Amino acid sequence: MAAISREEVAHLARLSRLAVTEEELATLAGQLDVILQAVAQVGEVTAADIPPTSHSVPLTNVLRDDVVASCLTPQEALSGAPDAAEQRFRVPRILDEDVAS
Amino acid sequence: MTTTLPAYDEVVARYEPVIGLETHVELGTNTKMFCGCPTDFGGAPNTRVCPVCLGLPGSLPVANRAAVEATIRIGLALNCSIAQWCRFARKNYYYPDMPKNYQISQYDEPLCVDGYLDVEVNGEPVRISIERVHMEEDTGKTLHVGGATGRIHGATESLVDYNRAGIPLVEIVTKPIPGAGAMAPEVARAYVTELRDVLRSLGVSDVRMEEGSLRCDVNTSLNLPGEQWGTRTETKNVNSLRSVERAVRSEIIRQASVLTAGGRITQETRHFHEDTGDTTSGRSKETATDYRYFPEPDLVPVAPDPTWVAELKAALPELPRVHRRRLQQEWGLSDLDMQSILNAGAVELIEATIAAGATPTAARKWWLGELSRRANETGVELADIGATPKQVAELQGLVDAGKLTDKLARTVLEHVVAGEGSPAKIMADRKLEVVSDTGALTAAVDEAISANPAIADKVRGGKVAAAGALVGAVMKTTRGQADAKTVRELILERLGVQG
Repeated sequence: MAAISREEVAHLARLSRLAVTEEELATLAGQLDVILQAVAQVGEVTAADIPPTSHSVPLTNVLRDDVVASCLTPQEALSGAPDAAEQRFRVPRILDEDVAS
Repeated sequence: MTTTLPAYDEVVARYEPVIGLETHVELGTNTKMFCGCPTDFGGAPNTRVCPVCLGLPGSLPVANRAAVEATIRIGLALNCSIAQWCRFARKNYYYPDMPKNYQISQYDEPLCVDGYLDVEVNGEPVRISIERVHMEEDTGKTLHVGGATGRIHGATESLVDYNRAGIPLVEIVTKPIPGAGAMAPEVARAYVTELRDVLRSLGVSDVRMEEGSLRCDVNTSLNLPGEQWGTRTETKNVNSLRSVERAVRSEIIRQASVLTAGGRITQETRHFHEDTGDTTSGRSKETATDYRYFPEPDLVPVAPDPTWVAELKAALPELPRVHRRRLQQEWGLSDLDMQSILNAGAVELIEATIAAGATPTAARKWWLGELSRRANETGVELADIGATPKQVAELQGLVDAGKLTDKLARTVLEHVVAGEGSPAKIMADRKLEVVSDTGALTAAVDEAISANPAIADKVRGGKVAAAGALVGAVMKTTRGQADAKTVRELILERLGVQG
């Protein structure tokens, strides 16, 4: 059985705002499946006494003091923005018309 | 829809509401959750941002110790267990209020779990179970352009200010609250009120609902007795204590009208409208529920040292409910009297008035009497009435010193409320002080006696009650600025009669 279905890939593409064609979907689903199968193989050898690892460094409680540091200027902050207006980041319409209705 | 909505009483006689509340609190730390940008309110757009809160490549978030500490203290005050080890998680979604395309939050490992908050509804204790208290970051502010009245619907583009993005936010989630019946709206309000007081007593937030530092989402569902809980809706944009109550009530009525007509409740987000008290359907949740949470790789786990947690617990302030009970005892009040003070929102005002020198009886009299009446008439909160506890204590001091009668004091208070300054100053400016000059008073008494010889004779003949007319005459000449009791004694003395 495939580790990831074509429908799941289509769903993820939609969530990630990626325009994926039917052909790309087939290719990606196949490739992702291979990757996931490989990861699943690692899962098979996992010993019960090893906890799942989310962080590669054995650290906890890396915290900073509540002290104000310097910020960027608005010009610096907006310098990489595709578009800006009124000292704000300018983004395209958020809701599609069909969703808005 | 033009159908008439059913009456609330009929609805709650037929259906059982289940409510739940999610409250977001902006912490009052100096800096953001994961970077050193300041959190002060009202800066020009995008002046409180840095590579971390803008999500620029290569930046690394580091959690704010003060925010972690504040969250633990909130958890402890809400009787939660504090996790010995927990992680942050990424909540992924595409919406420009977060520049990273995810919000750092906590998912299945919240910092605090399984607590409760005891509240009182009409004098009855109600225990609200707390599911979790977790840390996350606030979002930026979007300005929608091109649509009607700045709304997202119909907007052609949006402008984003990230000053607020990354401000520490604590989310407090209750377990579902069944069994409140017709009282569900009041229970919801009592919970948010008590929670606000607890947060204020901890000093972790300024908890101003109108400014959004305390925000509330209300979940509501209805079911028939004996049946499974119904589908719930989540009402957002509930920005005052009164709105919490109204939102629950109107959503109960709306759902009942749908169900009674044979319809089904859609699981959705709804928006509360302050002006109408109604809720309307919000954006579609079709895809929004798939947040693909995963452990945040840029932040290491938080594992609070049990010694630290114990220290924080030992240092918790007296919680509002305990504090109120102690005050009630100190002030010698019945449950009913204390309840009326709570309902009027006057606890802190009375407490401060007593601290400024008034007796509990006097402090309560002014705040629940004259000042509450004025607050009701003018529709303002008692705390914003315009008189301070210090002024009220000063006013009572003038009464106690015999410089003002009760009636004159009420006049002075009116001018205090109008912003004319301190009671002593108003009394002097407006010449409202009691006429205590015995010479002037005696002259007024003699004048009244000679102007009313028939009455004076009656009194001399033993009809002491008739002296009232003479007292009235003296009060008139002194424009009410004499103490009636003193005047009466003086009249009887001049007429040679024993009081």
